[in-house]
Amino acid sequence: MKSLVNEERPAKSPSIVKKILHTIADISDTPKGAYNIRVDGKSIGRQSSRNIEIRPKEKGMGIEIYVKPGTKGEFVHIPVVVDESGFADIVYNDFFIGEDADVDIVAGCGIHNDGTHLSQHDGIHTFYVGKGAKVRYVEKHYGEGNGSGERVLNPVTVVHLDEDSYLEMETVQIEGVDSTKRVTKGDLKDRAQLVIREKIMTSGKQHATTEFEVNLNGVDCSANLISRSVAKGDSFQAFYSKIDGNNACAGHSECDAIIMDQACVKAVPEITANHVDASLIHEAAIGKIAGEQITKLMTLGLSQKDAEAEIVRGFLK
Amino acid sequence: MLELKNISFSVTTEEERKEKGILKNINLTVDQDSFVVITGPNGGGKSTLAKIIMGIEKPTEGKILFHGKDITNLDINERAQLGIGFAFQQPVRFKGLTVKDLLYLATRKEMNTEELCTYLSEVGLCAADYIDREINASLSGGELKRIEIAMLRARGVELSLFDEPEAGIDLWSFQNLIRVFEQIRDEKHGAVVIISHQERILEIADQIVIISDGEIAESGTKEEILPKLLSNSSACKFFRAEGINDEKLSERGTAC
Repeated sequence: MKSLVNEERPAKSPSIVKKILHTIADISDTPKGAYNIRVDGKSIGRQSSRNIEIRPKEKGMGIEIYVKPGTKGEFVHIPVVVDESGFADIVYNDFFIGEDADVDIVAGCGIHNDGTHLSQHDGIHTFYVGKGAKVRYVEKHYGEGNGSGERVLNPVTVVHLDEDSYLEMETVQIEGVDSTKRVTKGDLKDRAQLVIREKIMTSGKQHATTEFEVNLNGVDCSANLISRSVAKGDSFQAFYSKIDGNNACAGHSECDAIIMDQACVKAVPEITANHVDASLIHEAAIGKIAGEQITKLMTLGLSQKDAEAEIVRGFLK
Repeated sequence: MLELKNISFSVTTEEERKEKGILKNINLTVDQDSFVVITGPNGGGKSTLAKIIMGIEKPTEGKILFHGKDITNLDINERAQLGIGFAFQQPVRFKGLTVKDLLYLATRKEMNTEELCTYLSEVGLCAADYIDREINASLSGGELKRIEIAMLRARGVELSLFDEPEAGIDLWSFQNLIRVFEQIRDEKHGAVVIISHQERILEIADQIVIISDGEIAESGTKEEILPKLLSNSSACKFFRAEGINDEKLSERGTAC
Protein backbone atom coordinates (compact mmCIF):
# COMPACT_ATOMS: atom_id res chain seq x y z
CA MET A 1 0.00 0.00 0.00
CA LYS A 2 1.08 3.54 -0.67
CA SER A 3 1.92 5.79 2.23
CA LEU A 4 -0.60 8.50 2.83
CA VAL A 5 1.95 11.23 3.11
CA ASN A 6 4.49 10.18 0.51
CA GLU A 7 2.87 12.26 -2.19
CA GLU A 8 4.08 14.93 -4.57
CA ARG A 9 3.18 17.58 -2.00
CA PRO A 10 4.31 16.19 1.29
CA ALA A 11 2.91 17.75 4.41
CA LYS A 12 5.21 19.64 6.75
CA SER A 13 4.90 17.08 9.51
CA PRO A 14 4.13 13.69 7.98
CA SER A 15 3.89 11.92 11.31
CA ILE A 16 1.43 14.50 12.67
CA VAL A 17 -0.69 14.29 9.55
CA LYS A 18 -0.72 10.50 9.75
CA LYS A 19 -1.74 10.57 13.39
CA ILE A 20 -4.53 13.05 12.78
CA LEU A 21 -5.82 11.12 9.77
CA HIS A 22 -5.97 8.04 11.92
CA THR A 23 -7.84 9.93 14.64
CA ILE A 24 -10.43 11.62 12.46
CA ALA A 25 -10.95 9.05 9.72
CA ASP A 26 -9.53 5.83 11.18
CA ILE A 27 -7.23 5.40 8.20
CA SER A 28 -3.53 4.56 8.37
CA ASP A 29 -2.88 3.69 4.74
CA THR A 30 -4.37 4.70 1.47
CA PRO A 31 -8.12 4.19 1.87
CA LYS A 32 -9.97 1.72 -0.27
CA GLY A 33 -12.38 3.21 -2.75
CA ALA A 34 -12.70 6.89 -3.55
CA TYR A 35 -10.87 9.44 -1.45
CA ASN A 36 -9.56 12.96 -1.26
CA ILE A 37 -7.09 13.99 1.43
CA ARG A 38 -6.67 17.70 1.98
CA VAL A 39 -3.80 19.14 4.01
CA ASP A 40 -3.36 22.87 4.56
CA GLY A 41 -5.76 23.75 1.78
CA LYS A 42 -4.31 21.41 -0.86
CA SER A 43 -5.16 17.92 -1.96
CA ILE A 44 -2.28 15.53 -1.24
CA GLY A 45 -4.08 12.51 -2.61
CA ARG A 46 -7.19 11.88 -4.62
CA GLN A 47 -8.74 8.84 -6.23
CA SER A 48 -12.05 8.07 -7.88
CA SER A 49 -13.50 4.61 -8.16
CA ARG A 50 -15.54 2.98 -10.90
CA ASN A 51 -18.79 4.14 -9.35
CA ILE A 52 -17.70 7.21 -7.42
CA GLU A 53 -16.09 10.14 -9.14
CA ILE A 54 -14.35 12.97 -7.31
CA ARG A 55 -13.88 16.16 -9.30
CA PRO A 56 -12.00 19.22 -8.04
CA LYS A 57 -13.70 22.57 -8.05
CA GLU A 58 -11.94 25.59 -9.44
CA LYS A 59 -9.18 27.27 -7.43
CA GLY A 60 -9.03 24.40 -4.95
CA MET A 61 -12.23 25.51 -3.29
CA GLY A 62 -13.43 21.99 -2.80
CA ILE A 63 -14.61 18.90 -4.57
CA GLU A 64 -17.71 17.40 -6.09
CA ILE A 65 -18.46 13.77 -5.38
CA TYR A 66 -20.71 11.88 -7.78
CA VAL A 67 -22.03 8.50 -6.70
CA LYS A 68 -23.61 6.53 -9.55
CA PRO A 69 -27.17 5.29 -9.09
CA GLY A 70 -27.33 1.82 -7.58
CA THR A 71 -23.80 1.90 -6.12
CA LYS A 72 -23.75 -0.42 -3.11
CA GLY A 73 -21.39 -0.84 -0.19
CA GLU A 74 -18.69 1.62 -1.26
CA PHE A 75 -16.78 4.10 0.88
CA VAL A 76 -15.69 7.69 0.32
CA HIS A 77 -13.01 9.21 2.56
CA ILE A 78 -12.51 12.98 2.48
CA PRO A 79 -10.51 13.95 5.59
CA VAL A 80 -8.97 17.37 6.10
CA VAL A 81 -5.88 18.29 8.13
CA VAL A 82 -4.71 21.77 9.04
CA ASP A 83 -1.11 21.65 10.24
CA GLU A 84 -0.01 25.24 9.72
CA SER A 85 -0.51 27.77 12.46
CA GLY A 86 -2.41 30.80 11.19
CA PHE A 87 -3.91 28.95 8.23
CA ALA A 88 -7.60 29.54 7.54
CA ASP A 89 -9.13 27.01 5.22
CA ILE A 90 -12.58 27.09 3.71
CA VAL A 91 -13.84 24.31 1.50
CA TYR A 92 -17.08 23.59 -0.33
CA ASN A 93 -17.77 19.92 -0.97
CA ASP A 94 -20.90 18.81 -2.80
CA PHE A 95 -22.18 15.25 -2.80
CA PHE A 96 -24.51 13.95 -5.49
CA ILE A 97 -25.83 10.57 -4.44
CA GLY A 98 -27.54 8.65 -7.23
CA GLU A 99 -30.87 6.89 -6.84
CA ASP A 100 -30.85 3.70 -4.77
CA ALA A 101 -27.17 4.02 -3.94
CA ASP A 102 -26.01 2.84 -0.53
CA VAL A 103 -22.68 4.32 0.57
CA ASP A 104 -20.57 5.31 3.57
CA ILE A 105 -18.87 8.70 3.64
CA VAL A 106 -16.13 9.41 6.16
CA ALA A 107 -15.19 13.06 6.54
CA GLY A 108 -13.66 14.87 9.49
CA CYS A 109 -11.11 17.53 10.22
CA GLY A 110 -8.15 17.73 12.51
CA ILE A 111 -6.13 20.82 13.38
CA HIS A 112 -2.60 20.72 14.75
CA ASN A 113 -1.51 24.10 15.98
CA ASP A 114 1.83 24.57 17.72
CA GLY A 115 1.98 28.26 16.90
CA THR A 116 0.48 31.44 18.22
CA HIS A 117 -1.91 32.18 15.37
CA LEU A 118 -5.48 31.04 14.92
CA SER A 119 -5.96 28.01 12.66
CA GLN A 120 -9.37 27.47 11.18
CA HIS A 121 -11.24 25.11 8.89
CA ASP A 122 -14.76 25.76 7.64
CA GLY A 123 -16.12 22.81 5.72
CA ILE A 124 -19.39 23.40 3.91
CA HIS A 125 -20.85 20.09 2.80
CA THR A 126 -23.99 19.87 0.72
CA PHE A 127 -25.71 16.56 0.06
CA TYR A 128 -28.17 15.87 -2.72
CA VAL A 129 -29.47 12.42 -1.89
CA GLY A 130 -31.41 10.77 -4.69
CA LYS A 131 -34.61 8.76 -4.45
CA GLY A 132 -34.27 5.63 -2.36
CA ALA A 133 -30.57 6.23 -1.63
CA LYS A 134 -28.95 5.55 1.72
CA VAL A 135 -25.98 7.41 3.16
CA ARG A 136 -24.08 6.94 6.38
CA TYR A 137 -21.98 10.01 7.00
CA VAL A 138 -19.35 10.14 9.74
CA GLU A 139 -17.65 13.39 10.67
CA LYS A 140 -15.06 13.67 13.43
CA HIS A 141 -13.49 16.90 14.59
CA TYR A 142 -10.33 17.07 16.60
CA GLY A 143 -7.70 19.57 17.66
CA GLU A 144 -4.24 19.30 19.18
CA GLY A 145 -0.96 21.17 19.58
CA ASN A 146 0.98 23.06 22.19
CA GLY A 147 0.72 26.55 20.77
CA SER A 148 -1.44 29.33 22.13
CA GLY A 149 -3.10 29.80 18.74
CA GLU A 150 -6.77 28.89 18.69
CA ARG A 151 -8.13 25.90 16.81
CA VAL A 152 -11.45 26.74 15.18
CA LEU A 153 -13.79 24.48 13.21
CA ASN A 154 -17.07 25.64 11.71
CA PRO A 155 -18.68 22.81 9.77
CA VAL A 156 -21.85 23.40 7.81
CA THR A 157 -23.84 20.45 6.52
CA VAL A 158 -26.82 20.90 4.24
CA VAL A 159 -28.87 17.85 3.37
CA HIS A 160 -31.49 17.63 0.63
CA LEU A 161 -33.27 14.31 0.88
CA ASP A 162 -35.37 13.12 -2.04
CA GLU A 163 -38.26 10.68 -1.72
CA ASP A 164 -37.61 7.47 0.24
CA SER A 165 -34.00 8.41 0.88
CA TYR A 166 -32.14 8.07 4.15
CA LEU A 167 -29.16 9.87 5.66
CA GLU A 168 -27.60 8.99 8.97
CA MET A 169 -25.01 11.42 10.25
CA GLU A 170 -22.67 10.77 13.13
CA THR A 171 -20.75 13.84 14.19
CA VAL A 172 -18.18 13.73 16.93
CA GLN A 173 -15.99 16.37 18.54
CA ILE A 174 -14.20 14.97 21.52
CA GLU A 175 -11.30 17.26 22.28
CA GLY A 176 -8.98 20.07 21.38
CA VAL A 177 -11.25 22.40 19.43
CA ASP A 178 -11.34 25.87 20.98
CA SER A 179 -14.31 27.19 19.12
CA THR A 180 -16.88 25.60 16.88
CA LYS A 181 -20.16 26.54 15.34
CA ARG A 182 -21.78 23.50 13.82
CA VAL A 183 -24.70 24.15 11.52
CA THR A 184 -26.77 21.36 10.04
CA LYS A 185 -29.76 22.00 7.81
CA GLY A 186 -32.06 19.55 6.14
CA ASP A 187 -35.13 19.38 3.98
CA LEU A 188 -36.98 16.16 3.43
CA LYS A 189 -39.38 14.94 0.78
CA ASP A 190 -41.93 12.13 1.05
CA ARG A 191 -40.89 9.24 3.29
CA ALA A 192 -37.32 10.49 3.61
CA GLN A 193 -35.52 9.92 6.91
CA LEU A 194 -32.80 11.92 8.59
CA VAL A 195 -30.96 10.68 11.67
CA ILE A 196 -28.25 12.80 13.31
CA ARG A 197 -26.22 11.73 16.32
CA GLU A 198 -23.92 14.34 17.75
CA LYS A 199 -21.35 13.87 20.50
CA ILE A 200 -19.39 16.78 21.88
CA MET A 201 -17.00 17.28 24.74
CA THR A 202 -15.59 20.67 25.64
CA SER A 203 -13.11 21.69 28.31
CA GLY A 204 -11.04 24.71 29.37
CA LYS A 205 -12.49 27.84 27.82
CA GLN A 206 -13.78 26.17 24.69
CA HIS A 207 -17.03 27.19 23.00
CA ALA A 208 -19.30 24.91 20.99
CA THR A 209 -22.53 25.90 19.32
CA THR A 210 -24.80 23.48 17.50
CA GLU A 211 -27.62 24.57 15.25
CA PHE A 212 -30.03 22.11 13.71
CA GLU A 213 -32.67 23.31 11.29
CA VAL A 214 -34.87 20.74 9.66
CA ASN A 215 -37.87 21.17 7.38
CA LEU A 216 -40.08 18.13 7.25
CA ASN A 217 -41.84 18.81 3.97
CA GLY A 218 -42.83 15.39 2.67
CA VAL A 219 -45.58 12.98 3.66
CA ASP A 220 -44.40 10.49 6.31
CA CYS A 221 -40.87 11.85 6.42
CA SER A 222 -39.03 11.87 9.74
CA ALA A 223 -36.07 13.36 11.55
CA ASN A 224 -34.36 12.24 14.72
CA LEU A 225 -31.71 14.58 16.12
CA ILE A 226 -29.80 13.34 19.14
CA SER A 227 -27.10 15.31 20.89
CA ARG A 228 -25.07 14.06 23.82
CA SER A 229 -22.47 16.35 25.27
CA VAL A 230 -20.14 16.86 28.19
CA ALA A 231 -19.01 20.33 29.22
CA LYS A 232 -16.01 20.61 31.57
CA GLY A 233 -13.89 23.41 32.99
CA ASP A 234 -15.08 26.87 32.00
CA SER A 235 -16.40 25.77 28.64
CA PHE A 236 -19.67 26.83 27.05
CA GLN A 237 -22.06 24.89 24.87
CA ALA A 238 -25.24 25.97 23.16
CA PHE A 239 -27.69 23.68 21.42
CA TYR A 240 -30.32 25.15 19.11
CA SER A 241 -32.74 22.81 17.46
CA LYS A 242 -35.45 23.90 15.07
CA ILE A 243 -37.82 21.46 13.45
CA ASP A 244 -40.70 22.51 11.24
CA GLY A 245 -43.32 19.90 10.52
CA ASN A 246 -44.93 20.96 7.27
CA ASN A 247 -46.75 17.75 6.47
CA ALA A 248 -47.83 14.47 8.10
CA CYS A 249 -44.43 13.71 9.58
CA ALA A 250 -42.51 12.83 12.73
CA GLY A 251 -39.73 14.88 14.31
CA HIS A 252 -37.77 14.25 17.47
CA SER A 253 -34.84 16.11 18.94
CA GLU A 254 -33.01 15.33 22.13
CA CYS A 255 -30.29 17.22 23.95
CA ASP A 256 -28.68 15.37 26.82
CA ALA A 257 -25.78 17.10 28.52
CA ILE A 258 -23.51 16.45 31.48
CA ILE A 259 -22.19 19.61 33.05
CA MET A 260 -19.04 19.67 35.19
CA ASP A 261 -16.92 22.23 37.01
CA GLN A 262 -17.88 25.82 36.06
CA ALA A 263 -19.15 24.97 32.59
CA CYS A 264 -22.35 26.31 31.05
CA VAL A 265 -24.77 24.51 28.75
CA LYS A 266 -27.76 26.05 27.02
CA ALA A 267 -30.47 24.16 25.12
CA VAL A 268 -33.04 25.99 23.03
CA PRO A 269 -35.58 23.81 21.27
CA GLU A 270 -38.04 25.06 18.72
CA ILE A 271 -40.63 22.80 17.17
CA THR A 272 -43.33 24.11 14.89
CA ALA A 273 -46.22 22.05 13.60
CA ASN A 274 -47.65 23.53 10.42
CA HIS A 275 -49.75 20.46 9.73
CA VAL A 276 -52.32 18.73 11.91
CA ASP A 277 -50.63 15.36 11.43
CA ALA A 278 -47.15 16.55 12.31
CA SER A 279 -45.89 14.85 15.44
CA LEU A 280 -42.96 16.67 17.01
CA ILE A 281 -41.11 16.03 20.25
CA HIS A 282 -38.20 17.74 21.93
CA GLU A 283 -36.39 16.47 25.01
CA ALA A 284 -33.62 18.25 26.87
CA ALA A 285 -31.80 17.23 30.00
CA ILE A 286 -28.81 19.03 31.51
CA GLY A 287 -27.25 18.04 34.79
CA LYS A 288 -24.15 16.98 36.61
CA ILE A 289 -23.09 13.35 36.97
CA ALA A 290 -25.38 11.78 39.53
CA GLY A 291 -23.59 11.17 42.81
CA GLU A 292 -25.10 7.70 43.04
CA GLN A 293 -23.50 6.77 39.71
CA ILE A 294 -20.07 7.69 41.07
CA THR A 295 -20.80 5.82 44.30
CA LYS A 296 -21.81 2.70 42.38
CA LEU A 297 -18.60 2.63 40.36
CA MET A 298 -16.57 3.31 43.50
CA THR A 299 -18.11 0.18 45.05
CA LEU A 300 -16.51 -1.64 42.12
CA GLY A 301 -13.10 -0.28 43.15
CA LEU A 302 -12.78 2.79 40.92
CA SER A 303 -11.55 6.08 42.32
CA GLN A 304 -13.89 9.03 42.08
CA LYS A 305 -11.88 10.44 39.19
CA ASP A 306 -11.86 7.14 37.30
CA ALA A 307 -15.56 6.67 37.97
CA GLU A 308 -16.32 10.08 36.45
CA ALA A 309 -14.14 9.27 33.45
CA GLU A 310 -15.94 5.96 32.87
CA ILE A 311 -19.34 7.62 33.13
CA VAL A 312 -18.31 10.29 30.61
CA ARG A 313 -16.74 7.68 28.31
CA GLY A 314 -19.90 5.59 28.37
CA PHE A 315 -22.12 8.63 27.87
CA LEU A 316 -20.22 9.68 24.75
CA LYS A 317 -19.54 6.18 23.46
CA MET B 1 -13.48 -11.10 59.38
CA LEU B 2 -15.65 -8.02 59.94
CA GLU B 3 -16.07 -6.35 63.29
CA LEU B 4 -18.30 -3.39 64.00
CA LYS B 5 -17.39 -1.79 67.30
CA ASN B 6 -19.73 0.69 68.97
CA ILE B 7 -21.00 2.03 65.66
CA SER B 8 -23.32 5.00 65.92
CA PHE B 9 -24.67 7.18 63.16
CA SER B 10 -26.75 10.27 63.50
CA VAL B 11 -28.03 13.02 61.25
CA THR B 12 -29.17 16.53 61.93
CA THR B 13 -32.72 17.06 60.78
CA GLU B 14 -33.29 20.31 58.93
CA GLU B 15 -36.80 20.87 60.25
CA GLU B 16 -36.13 20.33 63.90
CA ARG B 17 -32.44 21.26 63.78
CA LYS B 18 -31.59 18.56 66.19
CA GLU B 19 -29.58 15.39 66.03
CA LYS B 20 -31.40 12.17 65.26
CA GLY B 21 -29.77 8.83 66.02
CA ILE B 22 -30.12 6.34 63.14
CA LEU B 23 -27.77 3.71 64.60
CA LYS B 24 -26.89 3.43 68.26
CA ASN B 25 -23.86 1.59 69.55
CA ILE B 26 -23.93 -1.35 67.15
CA ASN B 27 -21.54 -4.20 67.92
CA LEU B 28 -21.47 -7.01 65.40
CA THR B 29 -19.01 -9.65 64.22
CA VAL B 30 -19.29 -11.39 60.87
CA ASP B 31 -17.17 -14.54 60.66
CA GLN B 32 -15.30 -15.80 57.62
CA ASP B 33 -17.62 -17.64 55.18
CA SER B 34 -20.66 -16.97 57.32
CA PHE B 35 -24.10 -16.11 55.97
CA VAL B 36 -25.69 -13.33 57.98
CA VAL B 37 -29.17 -11.94 57.42
CA ILE B 38 -30.05 -8.60 58.95
CA THR B 39 -33.75 -8.03 59.32
CA GLY B 40 -36.20 -5.85 61.18
CA PRO B 41 -38.78 -3.16 60.59
CA ASN B 42 -38.27 -0.54 57.91
CA GLY B 43 -36.63 2.63 59.11
CA GLY B 44 -34.73 0.66 61.74
CA GLY B 45 -31.30 1.41 60.26
CA LYS B 46 -30.50 -1.81 58.34
CA SER B 47 -29.62 -0.20 55.01
CA THR B 48 -27.66 2.52 56.78
CA LEU B 49 -25.59 -0.14 58.49
CA ALA B 50 -24.82 -1.83 55.16
CA LYS B 51 -23.81 1.54 53.70
CA ILE B 52 -21.55 2.18 56.67
CA ILE B 53 -19.79 -1.13 56.09
CA MET B 54 -19.26 -0.22 52.42
CA GLY B 55 -18.12 3.30 53.27
CA ILE B 56 -21.02 5.07 51.56
CA GLU B 57 -21.86 6.58 54.94
CA LYS B 58 -19.30 7.30 57.65
CA PRO B 59 -20.20 6.47 61.27
CA THR B 60 -20.31 9.34 63.73
CA GLU B 61 -18.79 7.04 66.33
CA GLY B 62 -17.18 3.62 66.45
CA LYS B 63 -14.75 1.51 64.48
CA ILE B 64 -14.96 -0.94 61.61
CA LEU B 65 -12.32 -3.66 61.40
CA PHE B 66 -11.86 -5.86 58.34
CA HIS B 67 -9.46 -8.75 58.88
CA GLY B 68 -8.29 -6.84 61.95
CA LYS B 69 -7.48 -3.68 59.97
CA ASP B 70 -9.23 -0.46 60.88
CA ILE B 71 -11.09 0.61 57.73
CA THR B 72 -13.30 3.23 59.38
CA ASN B 73 -11.68 6.09 57.47
CA LEU B 74 -11.15 4.29 54.19
CA ASP B 75 -13.08 5.46 51.16
CA ILE B 76 -15.60 3.33 49.25
CA ASN B 77 -13.18 2.28 46.51
CA GLU B 78 -10.46 1.43 49.02
CA ARG B 79 -12.85 -0.92 50.80
CA ALA B 80 -13.90 -2.36 47.45
CA GLN B 81 -10.27 -3.06 46.64
CA LEU B 82 -9.89 -4.86 49.97
CA GLY B 83 -12.70 -7.20 48.98
CA ILE B 84 -16.01 -5.67 50.05
CA GLY B 85 -18.87 -5.51 47.55
CA PHE B 86 -22.34 -3.99 47.64
CA ALA B 87 -25.54 -4.66 45.72
CA PHE B 88 -27.85 -1.66 45.94
CA GLN B 89 -31.50 -1.91 46.87
CA GLN B 90 -32.28 0.49 44.05
CA PRO B 91 -29.67 -0.02 41.32
CA VAL B 92 -28.31 2.99 39.50
CA ARG B 93 -28.93 3.64 35.81
CA PHE B 94 -26.19 4.77 33.41
CA LYS B 95 -26.76 6.23 29.97
CA GLY B 96 -24.29 4.70 27.55
CA LEU B 97 -22.75 2.04 29.78
CA THR B 98 -23.86 -1.48 28.88
CA VAL B 99 -24.29 -4.60 30.99
CA LYS B 100 -21.02 -5.87 29.52
CA ASP B 101 -19.24 -2.60 30.40
CA LEU B 102 -20.35 -2.78 34.02
CA LEU B 103 -19.44 -6.45 34.34
CA TYR B 104 -16.01 -5.57 32.94
CA LEU B 105 -15.60 -2.75 35.48
CA ALA B 106 -16.72 -5.13 38.21
CA THR B 107 -14.31 -7.92 37.29
CA ARG B 108 -11.60 -6.14 35.28
CA LYS B 109 -11.51 -9.02 32.86
CA GLU B 110 -12.85 -9.33 29.34
CA MET B 111 -15.46 -12.06 29.37
CA ASN B 112 -16.95 -13.81 26.36
CA THR B 113 -20.68 -14.42 26.06
CA GLU B 114 -20.35 -17.87 27.62
CA GLU B 115 -18.63 -16.50 30.73
CA LEU B 116 -21.10 -13.64 31.00
CA CYS B 117 -23.87 -16.19 30.67
CA THR B 118 -22.58 -17.95 33.79
CA TYR B 119 -23.40 -14.92 35.90
CA LEU B 120 -26.48 -13.62 34.11
CA SER B 121 -28.27 -16.96 33.80
CA GLU B 122 -28.01 -17.38 37.57
CA VAL B 123 -30.33 -14.43 37.91
CA GLY B 124 -32.61 -15.53 35.10
CA LEU B 125 -31.23 -13.36 32.29
CA CYS B 126 -30.00 -14.56 28.91
CA ALA B 127 -26.55 -13.08 28.27
CA ALA B 128 -27.07 -12.85 24.51
CA ASP B 129 -30.10 -10.62 25.06
CA TYR B 130 -28.56 -8.40 27.68
CA ILE B 131 -24.81 -7.90 27.33
CA ASP B 132 -25.14 -5.01 24.89
CA ARG B 133 -28.14 -3.41 26.58
CA GLU B 134 -27.52 -0.02 28.14
CA ILE B 135 -28.13 0.27 31.88
CA ASN B 136 -30.74 2.92 31.22
CA ALA B 137 -34.46 3.49 31.52
CA SER B 138 -35.16 0.79 28.94
CA LEU B 139 -34.48 -1.84 31.60
CA SER B 140 -37.18 -2.60 34.14
CA GLY B 141 -36.53 -2.34 37.86
CA GLY B 142 -36.49 -6.12 38.14
CA GLU B 143 -33.96 -6.50 35.31
CA LEU B 144 -31.72 -3.87 36.87
CA LYS B 145 -31.92 -5.66 40.20
CA ARG B 146 -30.91 -8.96 38.69
CA ILE B 147 -27.98 -7.35 36.87
CA GLU B 148 -26.92 -5.72 40.12
CA ILE B 149 -26.86 -9.09 41.86
CA ALA B 150 -25.00 -10.73 38.96
CA MET B 151 -22.40 -7.97 39.11
CA LEU B 152 -21.64 -8.58 42.75
CA ARG B 153 -21.49 -12.33 42.16
CA ALA B 154 -19.04 -11.79 39.30
CA ARG B 155 -16.73 -9.78 41.53
CA GLY B 156 -16.19 -12.76 43.83
CA VAL B 157 -15.35 -10.59 46.83
CA GLU B 158 -14.63 -11.71 50.39
CA LEU B 159 -17.56 -9.82 51.86
CA SER B 160 -20.75 -9.36 49.84
CA LEU B 161 -23.44 -6.97 51.05
CA PHE B 162 -26.90 -7.31 49.52
CA ASP B 163 -29.45 -4.65 50.40
CA GLU B 164 -32.92 -6.21 50.03
CA PRO B 165 -32.12 -8.31 46.97
CA GLU B 166 -35.71 -9.55 46.81
CA ALA B 167 -37.26 -6.07 46.47
CA GLY B 168 -38.55 -5.50 42.95
CA ILE B 169 -37.90 -9.04 41.76
CA ASP B 170 -40.77 -11.13 40.41
CA LEU B 171 -41.73 -14.38 42.03
CA TRP B 172 -40.12 -16.62 39.37
CA SER B 173 -36.81 -14.82 39.77
CA PHE B 174 -37.21 -14.89 43.52
CA GLN B 175 -37.15 -18.70 43.48
CA ASN B 176 -33.95 -18.57 41.41
CA LEU B 177 -32.56 -15.94 43.71
CA ILE B 178 -33.00 -18.20 46.69
CA ARG B 179 -31.12 -20.92 44.83
CA VAL B 180 -28.32 -18.43 44.09
CA PHE B 181 -28.05 -17.55 47.76
CA GLU B 182 -28.14 -21.22 48.77
CA GLN B 183 -25.29 -21.81 46.35
CA ILE B 184 -23.33 -18.86 47.72
CA ARG B 185 -23.80 -20.16 51.25
CA ASP B 186 -22.67 -23.67 50.27
CA GLU B 187 -19.64 -22.42 48.31
CA LYS B 188 -18.15 -20.84 51.43
CA HIS B 189 -16.18 -18.36 49.34
CA GLY B 190 -16.38 -15.38 51.61
CA ALA B 191 -18.95 -13.95 53.95
CA VAL B 192 -22.37 -12.67 52.93
CA VAL B 193 -24.48 -10.07 54.69
CA ILE B 194 -28.02 -9.69 53.37
CA ILE B 195 -30.60 -7.16 54.40
CA SER B 196 -33.88 -8.98 53.92
CA HIS B 197 -37.43 -9.38 55.11
CA GLN B 198 -38.05 -12.72 53.46
CA GLU B 199 -38.48 -15.93 55.40
CA ARG B 200 -36.92 -17.99 52.59
CA ILE B 201 -33.73 -15.98 52.94
CA LEU B 202 -33.84 -16.04 56.72
CA GLU B 203 -34.11 -19.83 56.51
CA ILE B 204 -30.69 -20.19 54.89
CA ALA B 205 -28.92 -17.86 57.31
CA ASP B 206 -26.19 -18.97 59.70
CA GLN B 207 -26.83 -15.91 61.80
CA ILE B 208 -29.83 -13.60 62.04
CA VAL B 209 -29.56 -10.07 63.39
CA ILE B 210 -32.67 -8.03 64.15
CA ILE B 211 -32.19 -4.30 64.01
CA SER B 212 -34.97 -2.13 65.33
CA ASP B 213 -34.92 1.57 66.10
CA GLY B 214 -31.20 1.77 65.37
CA GLU B 215 -30.19 -0.94 67.79
CA ILE B 216 -29.52 -4.66 67.65
CA ALA B 217 -32.69 -6.01 69.21
CA GLU B 218 -31.56 -9.59 68.96
CA SER B 219 -28.83 -11.66 67.35
CA GLY B 220 -28.22 -15.38 67.18
CA THR B 221 -28.35 -18.49 65.06
CA LYS B 222 -31.24 -19.15 62.72
CA GLU B 223 -32.46 -21.84 65.10
CA GLU B 224 -32.57 -19.34 67.95
CA ILE B 225 -34.10 -16.35 66.15
CA LEU B 226 -36.35 -17.57 63.33
CA PRO B 227 -38.91 -19.42 65.49
CA LYS B 228 -39.37 -16.28 67.56
CA LEU B 229 -39.92 -14.17 64.46
CA LEU B 230 -42.42 -16.60 62.98
CA SER B 231 -44.31 -17.05 66.22
CA ASN B 232 -45.16 -13.40 66.12
CA SER B 233 -48.35 -13.32 64.03
CA SER B 234 -47.91 -9.81 62.76
CA ALA B 235 -44.31 -10.48 61.80
CA CYS B 236 -45.42 -13.63 60.06
CA LYS B 237 -47.35 -11.70 57.41
CA PHE B 238 -44.34 -9.79 56.46
CA PHE B 239 -41.66 -12.41 56.58
CA ARG B 240 -43.50 -15.14 54.71
CA ALA B 241 -43.32 -15.02 50.92
CA GLU B 242 -45.77 -17.76 49.99
CA GLY B 243 -48.70 -17.17 47.68
CA ILE B 244 -47.89 -13.65 46.69
CA ASN B 245 -47.43 -12.14 43.27
CA ASP B 246 -44.52 -10.09 42.14
CA GLU B 247 -45.99 -6.70 42.96
CA LYS B 248 -47.05 -7.74 46.41
CA LEU B 249 -43.68 -9.33 46.97
CA SER B 250 -42.02 -6.09 46.13
CA GLU B 251 -44.42 -4.14 48.31
CA ARG B 252 -43.92 -6.42 51.26
CA GLY B 253 -40.20 -6.09 50.94
CA THR B 254 -40.44 -2.44 51.67
CA ALA B 255 -43.82 -1.80 53.24
CA CYS B 256 -43.50 -3.40 56.63
